[in-house]
Amino acid sequence: MKRVVIPAALALLVAACSSTPEGGDQSGAPVESRAGGPSVATVTTGGVDGGRLPAVLTDPKSILSKRSVYFDYDSYEVKAEYKDLVTAHAKFLTENRQFRMLIQGNTDERGSREYNLALGQKRADAIKKMMALLGAREDQLEAVSLGEEKPKNEGHGEAAWAENRRGDMLYSGEF
Amino acid sequence: MSEFSIKLGFLRLFALAALVLLLRPVHGQLTVEITGAGANRIPVAIADFGGDPASSRIVTSVIRADLERSGLFRMVDTSGVAMTEATAPVFTDWKNRGADALAAGSIGASDGGREEARFRLFDVTKQSVLGGSAFVTSKAMLRAAGHRIADIIYEKLTGEPGVFSTRVAYVVRAGAARYELHIADADGQNAQVALISREPIISPSWSPDGGRLAYVSFENKKPVVYVHSLASGKRVVVANFKGSNSAPAWSPDGRRLAVVLSKDGGSQIFLVNADGSGAQRLTTDNAINTEPNFSPDGQHVYFTSDRGGSPQIYRMSVSGGDVQRVSFEGSYNVSPRISPDGRSMAFISRRDGGFRLSVMDLASRQVQVLTDSNKDESPTFSPNGRMVLIATEMGGRGVLSAVSLDGRIKQRLSIPAGDVREPAWGPYNR
Repeated sequence: MKRVVIPAALALLVAACSSTPEGGDQSGAPVESRAGGPSVATVTTGGVDGGRLPAVLTDPKSILSKRSVYFDYDSYEVKAEYKDLVTAHAKFLTENRQFRMLIQGNTDERGSREYNLALGQKRADAIKKMMALLGAREDQLEAVSLGEEKPKNEGHGEAAWAENRRGDMLYSGEF
Repeated sequence: MSEFSIKLGFLRLFALAALVLLLRPVHGQLTVEITGAGANRIPVAIADFGGDPASSRIVTSVIRADLERSGLFRMVDTSGVAMTEATAPVFTDWKNRGADALAAGSIGASDGGREEARFRLFDVTKQSVLGGSAFVTSKAMLRAAGHRIADIIYEKLTGEPGVFSTRVAYVVRAGAARYELHIADADGQNAQVALISREPIISPSWSPDGGRLAYVSFENKKPVVYVHSLASGKRVVVANFKGSNSAPAWSPDGRRLAVVLSKDGGSQIFLVNADGSGAQRLTTDNAINTEPNFSPDGQHVYFTSDRGGSPQIYRMSVSGGDVQRVSFEGSYNVSPRISPDGRSMAFISRRDGGFRLSVMDLASRQVQVLTDSNKDESPTFSPNGRMVLIATEMGGRGVLSAVSLDGRIKQRLSIPAGDVREPAWGPYNR
């Protein structure tokens, strides 16, 4: 069944990376500390390193290299034109149970940041639900929202907004 | 206390200990621009303080700028006058200059190489003393002393506490992959960076004691709620469940946070303890429920929900029951924030295609739209409830704007060439 064979070392690397976003207490040591009353210490956050992925997920000729589902305005329905894409990713997850996927929902910039975060969650949840129906396991999937915070297109017209009403699918090592 | 009253026996005063050390300013200070003022501004004269000229200039200019920026006062010319708190004012002179009130003071030496800022406030019409104080300070803290004095003058003349000694938090987008959480004095000065991240930071919320900020950080490629102790820089994850974690709001007693979690599917409001333990779900329907905000008595949580088909503001009891719809006009009403006295609600309403700061009188449900802008976001009340600070857009850049509850007074706070957003006005600095 397995079409993709991952060397053990790479699988370990992927597993190691996949634990990163679950990181608990991120209490970074302050880089600058000042004594006294309401002084404010400056903290710099860490980052997440990307890992290497099997070619089938990154080869531009592979459908699995496509990771975005676009949505209509005020809509959370996965349109028919993206069914094949979601199905292909669900199949990959079904056949490669060691992989986990982070689904990030996004919105355009109009309106409240927190409300948009909730709207983006609905888009991510819609993709996740479809993946689950197609055989991906619940523990392989996490649906989150970036709201309006990470626009793919920083413009302000309808063309930019359409690019930003989006769900992105990331694999272990990419988040 | 007794030491001061002996030394400055003629003043009825209280002394506050020195509070802050001088904090080195960082780049990108907020500049404040006044774009509106109240109808009846009180004419007040702030005489140049006596004592060391350099120190006096700092204190005097801070007091004048604070009072002027509030939109409630008009500065009366004081040129040619040399006086201190110990000088008996020539009231007819000040009356002729048009002043209703006069403040005079000085900076003098105190014990241990420290300095003392003293002042006295006079009612020119009644020819009487309204109050006075002395603050132990230091060169590094002269601005803070000026804010304290301005707070007292403001309270004596308006009957409500001043907010010049408070702080504001806000987020600066300083580059494509650089977000900074800043803490500045209410006049935009003294900005300090609490957090630097490559990923967005949103929804800062002050703990009631002013020592911590809760916020949402995307540094782990997903929204996670942190509580950050400002003095130490220690950060605690209070919500990092599977899915999204967002919209933190402190309970008035500082013991709990309302947060929005998607761990059960959808976006639901939960209460968690300030250390992240004991998550308890409040909303139960399948609609979007987000942007929780406590009433000042801690009995209710206001929030945004699309359960009726469009985003509207609702209220529930702190146990999750007794849900009532609060907003009705229009198809998009979000981001509720309840005033400190519990009587008004600031929120963002979509009107004529623009997202505008609005205020509802909660008793009468009367709504007033306070701006004509297009991209107002994230309202936050000053601790005295007189002003609402919002994020808005000016010339394609994010700026902050403080608007009085009657909409007359407007101040713009911006960073040259910088993108500022997500303001949160801190509590009284006691």
